[in-house]
Amino acid sequence: MTTHHRLRVEDVHLGYDEREIVGGLSLEVPPSRITMIVGANACGKSTLLRGIARLLRPTAGAVYLDDRSIHQQSTRSVATVVGILPQAPSAPDGITVGDLVARGRYPHQGWFGRRTAEDEAAVAEAMLATGTVDLADRPVDELSGGQRQRAWIAMALAQRTDILLLDEPTTYLDVSHQVEVLDLLTDLNRRLGTTIVIVLHDLNLACRYADHLVAMKEGKVAAEGRPSEVVTEATVTEVFGMPSRIVADPVSGTPMVVPIGRHHGGAAAPSSGPVPVGAPEQR
Amino acid sequence: MADVLTAENADAARVGAAKRALRDARRRRSARSRTVTLLLALAGCGAFLAALCVGEYTVSVPEVLASLAGYGDDGTDFIVLGLRLPRALTGVLVGVAFGLSGAIFQRMLHNPLASPDIIGISFGASAAAVVAITVFGLGGAVVSGLAFGGALACAVGVYLLAWRRGVGGYRLVLVGVGVGALLSSTISYLLSRADIYAAQQAMVWLTGSLNGVGWPQALVPAAALAVLLPLTAALARPLRGLQFGDDSARGLGVLVEPSRFALVVVGVALTAVATAAAGPLAFVAFLADPIARRLTGGTALAPPALVGALVVLVADFTAQHLMGGVQFPAGVVTGAVGAPYLLWLMARSSRIGRSG
Repeated sequence: MTTHHRLRVEDVHLGYDEREIVGGLSLEVPPSRITMIVGANACGKSTLLRGIARLLRPTAGAVYLDDRSIHQQSTRSVATVVGILPQAPSAPDGITVGDLVARGRYPHQGWFGRRTAEDEAAVAEAMLATGTVDLADRPVDELSGGQRQRAWIAMALAQRTDILLLDEPTTYLDVSHQVEVLDLLTDLNRRLGTTIVIVLHDLNLACRYADHLVAMKEGKVAAEGRPSEVVTEATVTEVFGMPSRIVADPVSGTPMVVPIGRHHGGAAAPSSGPVPVGAPEQR
Repeated sequence: MADVLTAENADAARVGAAKRALRDARRRRSARSRTVTLLLALAGCGAFLAALCVGEYTVSVPEVLASLAGYGDDGTDFIVLGLRLPRALTGVLVGVAFGLSGAIFQRMLHNPLASPDIIGISFGASAAAVVAITVFGLGGAVVSGLAFGGALACAVGVYLLAWRRGVGGYRLVLVGVGVGALLSSTISYLLSRADIYAAQQAMVWLTGSLNGVGWPQALVPAAALAVLLPLTAALARPLRGLQFGDDSARGLGVLVEPSRFALVVVGVALTAVATAAAGPLAFVAFLADPIARRLTGGTALAPPALVGALVVLVADFTAQHLMGGVQFPAGVVTGAVGAPYLLWLMARSSRIGRSG
């Protein structure tokens, strides 16, 4: 994992049946960084991720992995470079956590699935990093939501790919587990330089954890860049159709969006000038 | 520097400990799976021997073994090798084929309802057989051949109807159930119009039976399985990937559509062969894999095959010898043998907290 693979989306059109959801979108995923894709419901962010992950074939345009169209490369060789965690993954009935995580080694294994020392090391490290070693013998369908999500992330980690794509990895998790999962992914990025792309609902967590933020609206990129550049009151209004105030996250200094809504606008703080954002960068 | 080294050592130690713990856990699981598989195989051998020993003339185990080894007397040879062996062998082959096809469909479509007898493929065979028996007055091998063709035609129809830029698992189940209902009402219509003798003959076929199976009938499934078993083994790897749903499978590098197509072809062929040989023995394909999975806790393919063989052998034995002197078709018993056992397993496993 010394060379960093590059992922580029060029004028891609994606949709289901006749309905086009992403229309002509281009994006350069910065290598070895955490990219977060945010946007209102039905803006096409999950569809874009599915397109990038080759789960959905574009009707026009292409996704390039190292300057070759991802759909023209063998799916198995792509699987050694790009790992994905779909939104609602389903585990076979009764499978244990240990077996689930071991299945992440699938693209690296031969036809008979014989385990190598590297497979064992990858599985052990993935389970250590996600704190799932003690769960190895438990069936996945018995786990709590947070444990299950960690097991699935462990499976994706065991794949040991240079690029990791995650679709709403924090859905169904309470706030402490959301932070835990995002911390874990940040560790991975900082330690191994893994390129991570996450579709996330929570704008404030996205601002805090993203190196690169992509805001989508109606199948197009509305704005992208560092969270402190992208997240302004104007962008939030445009992308989410919602008036808000932006303050500095007291913990990370990254922008924090405070929605106004219809009932509390009158009590808003008097400051209306630009808010200093992005000063202290602590992780 | 020293700090870094200690940290690295600590890290390596943690990874080593985790590796050991995981290896132990895996050994425990595979030991259980191996033990269960061995016990299933032994039980299968026992049922097989019983099928060769018991009958109108009881033959002792040593005599049966002598006969199998080629040292029996003519009378015993005739009973054991000529009459009972082809029937027992067909039972094993049919059970293996049903067990594997059920496991293939249920796992590939991750739906326990997706076994070939539920999603209409067996109905295709049945409809063809009933047409052959009641409308054209056919019998024997011709009916088997037509049933085989009916299963294939029905599977092609279901696959094409479910096709919409690829075949989604859920669609295949729904379309299959729909086609099955259509064919099942066709069968009822034909039976209600048929004369009583033909209708009775058709009913026996529809129930599934090993009565009257001799060497000619045993050789067809034997030859078919000689081809289909290696193919199934070769497809075990993509099947392991497909069990995680299409998105995860693609992410793991599985060629989803071609693999699913190959698995459908093999699964349908297994069902068609077994149904042509013994009729649609109820619930064998449906029950074999859930029972095997609950017993082994793993996803190997040998256990459902062995469970299928065992269920068919026990059902045939029961139907022949334990129903008060009357020979019933084995299909009367298969559901009655397997279903309560599965229910018991499920009730037991949900008590210890595992949901199904």
